[in-house]
Order: sequence, then C-alpha cells, then structure tokens
Amino acid sequence: MGGSSNPGPSVIRAAFPARALAGLGLLAAFAFLGPLAYPVDPAAIDLSNITAGASPAHPLGTDESGRDVLARLMHGGRVSLVVGVAAGLVALLVGTVIGGIATTGSGWVESVAGRLVDAAMALPAFFILLVTLTLFGGSTGALVLAIGATAWMGIARLVRAEALSLRERDWIVAARALGKSPLSVFARHILPHLVPTLAVAATVGVAHAVLTESALSFLGLGVQPPRPSWGNMLTGAQLNLAQAPWLAVYPGVAIVLTVLACNAVGETVRVRATALPRSTRRRDGP
Amino acid sequence: MIRRPATSAAAPGGLGRFLARRAGHGILVLWLVTTATFTLIHAAPGGPAVLADPKLTEVERRAIERRLGIDQPVPVQYVRWHANLARGDLGNSFLYQTAAFATVLDRLPNTLLLVGLALAASIALALPLGVYLAQRPGSWPDRLIGAVNFAALAIPTFWFGIVAILILAARWRLLPAGGMVTPGEASLLDRLRHLLLPVAVLALPLSAELIRFARSSVAAGLVAGHLAPARARGLVRRELLRRHVLRNALLPVLTAVGLQVPILVGGAAVTETVFAWPGLGRLGVEAALGRDYPLVMAIALVVATTVVIANLALDLVYGWADPRIRVRA
Repeated sequence: MGGSSNPGPSVIRAAFPARALAGLGLLAAFAFLGPLAYPVDPAAIDLSNITAGASPAHPLGTDESGRDVLARLMHGGRVSLVVGVAAGLVALLVGTVIGGIATTGSGWVESVAGRLVDAAMALPAFFILLVTLTLFGGSTGALVLAIGATAWMGIARLVRAEALSLRERDWIVAARALGKSPLSVFARHILPHLVPTLAVAATVGVAHAVLTESALSFLGLGVQPPRPSWGNMLTGAQLNLAQAPWLAVYPGVAIVLTVLACNAVGETVRVRATALPRSTRRRDGP
Repeated sequence: MIRRPATSAAAPGGLGRFLARRAGHGILVLWLVTTATFTLIHAAPGGPAVLADPKLTEVERRAIERRLGIDQPVPVQYVRWHANLARGDLGNSFLYQTAAFATVLDRLPNTLLLVGLALAASIALALPLGVYLAQRPGSWPDRLIGAVNFAALAIPTFWFGIVAILILAARWRLLPAGGMVTPGEASLLDRLRHLLLPVAVLALPLSAELIRFARSSVAAGLVAGHLAPARARGLVRRELLRRHVLRNALLPVLTAVGLQVPILVGGAAVTETVFAWPGLGRLGVEAALGRDYPLVMAIALVVATTVVIANLALDLVYGWADPRIRVRA
C-alpha cells in the first residue's frame, strides 16, 4: 500500500476506481432506492416470528424483535451513510479552514494554529465524543457535528503541509508580490492545487466517520433505537449471537464494504495524483 | 506525510530542551481537554447544573451548586474548576456514589494492561514484517500483507470482536467470550486465555497501520544516499540494515505509534465493552449511557493525561533514537 510498491498504472489499477465508485453507488442505491423496491416497514415488530432464518417473506430473516432484517439494513444504511458523509464533510471543511489559517495568517497566528492542530491530534477523540454525546444526546445533528469536530486534525495537517510546500512556488510568490491578500492567495492559488489531496482526505474522512458512527451506535451512544443504523443493529445481534449468528453478519459486512470502497476510491486518487509529474510531492508516509 | 513537527527535532539545545518543549506541548493538550470539557459543560442544555445529581432534593442541589460555585461569574468558575482538578477533585459519580477520580484510577490498570499488550504485540509484529516486506516490494507476501492491511483498516473493531467471539468462543469453544478471569479459577493460564482475544482485536488495526509505516520508511531508507558509501566500505547486508536503515526507519514508526495511542484508547473502550473487560473504556461507556457526567469527565481527563504521559515516554525514546536531538546538547 506504500507509494513505492505501485509499479505504475496497470490495467487492473485503471479499472479500480470505476469498480470502487460503482461499489459505493450500489451501496447508496441499496440504502436509498432499495426501500422503493422493497417497501417493508423496518419497525414492524412480530414477536411470533423472532430470529427467524431466511424465507420468501423475509429474505434475510428477522431480528430479535421479529423485524425484517433486509428492510432494517436498507433504512439503517440511509442513516449510516448520511451521518458518515455529513460528518466527513464537516471534518473536511474545518480541517481546510484551520489548515489554511495555519499557513496564511501572520507569524504568530500560524504558530498558534499549528500548535493547536498538533495538540488536538493528541486528544483521545473517542472520550471527547463520550463527553459530548452524554451532554448533548445522540441526535443526528449532534452526532454529525461531534464526529466531524473530532476528525479534522489530520486534514488540517495535510492542508498545512501541502500549502507550506506550495507557498514558495513562483506563481504564489508572484501573486503575493502583486499585493494579493493572504486569503485570496490561499483561495485562488493554493486551494485548487489541493483538490487531489482534499479528495483523498474526504474519502478517508467519510470512511472514518462511518466507522465511528457504527461504533458509537453499537455502544448505544449514537443513533437511538428504534431507528436502525448499521451500528445499533449489531447491539441486538451480539445479545443473540447463539440463536441467530447471521444477524451479526449483514450489518458488519455492509460497514466493511462501505469503508473498503471509500478507502479504495481515496487510494486510487492518491496514486494517480502522485503519478503526475510533480517532483515536490512528499512520499514519506502511507 | 505525518511527522513530528520538524521544529522540535531540529530545535537547538539538545535533549533537555527537546523534552521541555514536548512537556509544554503535553500541558497544552491537557489545557485543551479541560477547556473543551468546561466549555461543553457550560454549553450543555441545563448548563453546569447537570453536574448535580438529579436524584437530590432542591435544598441539597442548591448546596452543591454553591459548593461548586455555579453562582459565580464564568471566568471565576473556570479558574476554580481548574484548581479543583489540580487537587484531584472531580466530583462524585452518580452511579457509584464514590469519588469519580478514585473510581477511575481503580479501573486504569486493567485498561493499561490491554492497551500495553496490544501496543507491544503490534510493534513486535510490525517492525520485522516491515523490514522483510520493504526488501521485497511487489512480491506475493508484500501484496498479501498489503491486502490484509487494507481490509484490517476497514473492519470495525467491535464487529471483529463479535465475529471472533462467534467463531472462537461460541462455535469452537476455544477461548472465553469475555471477562478477565473464570470465577473460581485464578491461574495465569486462565488470565492469558481471557487476554488473547481482546488484545488481538485491539492490535489488528494498529498492526496494519504500523506495518504500513515500517514498510514505507524502511523502503525509503533502502534507497537513501548514505547507503552507497556504507556498502562501499564493505558492510554486510545485515549490518547495513541494522546500522543504516533500521535506525532511520525507527523514527517515523515511533511517530506513528505516538499518533496511534489516542486512537488505541478509543478502540479499547469498544473492545472492553464487547469482551466485558472491566476497564476504563467500558466504565466510560456505562457512565455515558447512565448520564453520569462527573464520571464521564473524570475518565476523559484521566485518559487524556495518560495519553500525554505515554507520548512523553515516547519522546524519551525518540530523543534516544534520533542523534540529531542529542548531538546539540
């Protein structure tokens, strides 16, 4: 996975982003269009038919309350994907703004912002999330903001590192010499060059947010039942592991596929961006 | 891409100055945590009064509010709250009716055991594997481990735990499904059997991350310019690796470990819950579910302090491993 092992664009690699994007599209279609083709109520409880195996009436069986697993998987996917994408975008926005401030402000502003990013990176994010969700509850909005607010640091660092290396390039020096404000230099001359980096960061951010949401919901701190999410479906599954092991399989596989697809898209963009003839790009991390 | 800030490694003044800087950074981290916590308490619906146990009577609540100084202006409260923290007074747990700080310290060793073993196992796995794979880029083991890593980073920790329980504990009955010991049986073997699954689950994503770092930094070291003269001096491959490649590769790996520690303690919270492990993380989840505000905050602060101390310890190793820091002393 390290950059140096990639022997260049091969046919397989060229087909990869299409496949990963198609995978993401399929998952989204499953969650958002699926319920149109399969209009079963995910909340309908049927206590006479709990933890049943697959049948024509319930293609993926029923859960511990007799609810249809396929319908819950679709509706849970909506919640998980919406929270994941929204939180990923919050992290991207905050990270870009703070990373930008850390490279375009006056000397001490840059230094303070840089320190803050480093310090925030050392915070145990999960426990900050515990505090936040305890105080504000697990509404979707709170969840999105809390996950986004604890995941921007890596992006800010990335933006800062790239912007610092770009800053000495001729066209930027020229723009500054023309008397453009730091903000306009950042927005018009630096930001466009960060697009591949930000695209990678966005996919990684969404993958991270999907994982975090699922963990929080699994623990009972995220999406609240009876509303399904892939994470909280697994809470019930663990309690019924002996009778209905398949309940633990479907939501887990859905999460893994989503994260894999996001990471694969990001990885491809990254490889393609590094393959461009840009000699200054650093290649010292994974 | 991720490195410790270059300024600290290149700072003049040697190891002492370096460590002082890093300690200053640690204090900044702790200040961020306390300030964020303070802000969250005051921004929460109901304000700081949520810290008073809802089960108390009106008179008792008033008394506690006065004791907590909630009637004071916010800046005064901010200073006072920090003074209380410095004395280790984090209030009482609603759930347990004990001093929150002491309750948290009670559970800390169990979590340290889990996290420490996972960290040690991951490093022990990642370093040799990274060295091995870096010398064989594109070979089948390199591709295989690359694919495994890619998958490992996409698996939610708790789900991996559930699947491990499902197969190894429920189906094959090889290992216990949770807890620290079997009641009535306190042998070392029994304890190890209980440790195996949680440590493995916690170590999986960490190992994946560290193997990638170790591999790419050794690979970078193998093509570095200083190797040619060393090779010309006639150093054998093993010696070359040890003295000129591994030593340099260690630094980014250490940095990666430092960055992973806060993520690792988060993973511990999930792992502990899945495996009913009586540690800090599980306590934190219980406290959060029970809206036990003082306990949740005590846990967040103790975890943050532990992470800061762990990072300082890593900085000591860093100072030892990076001669640039010592030479300037």
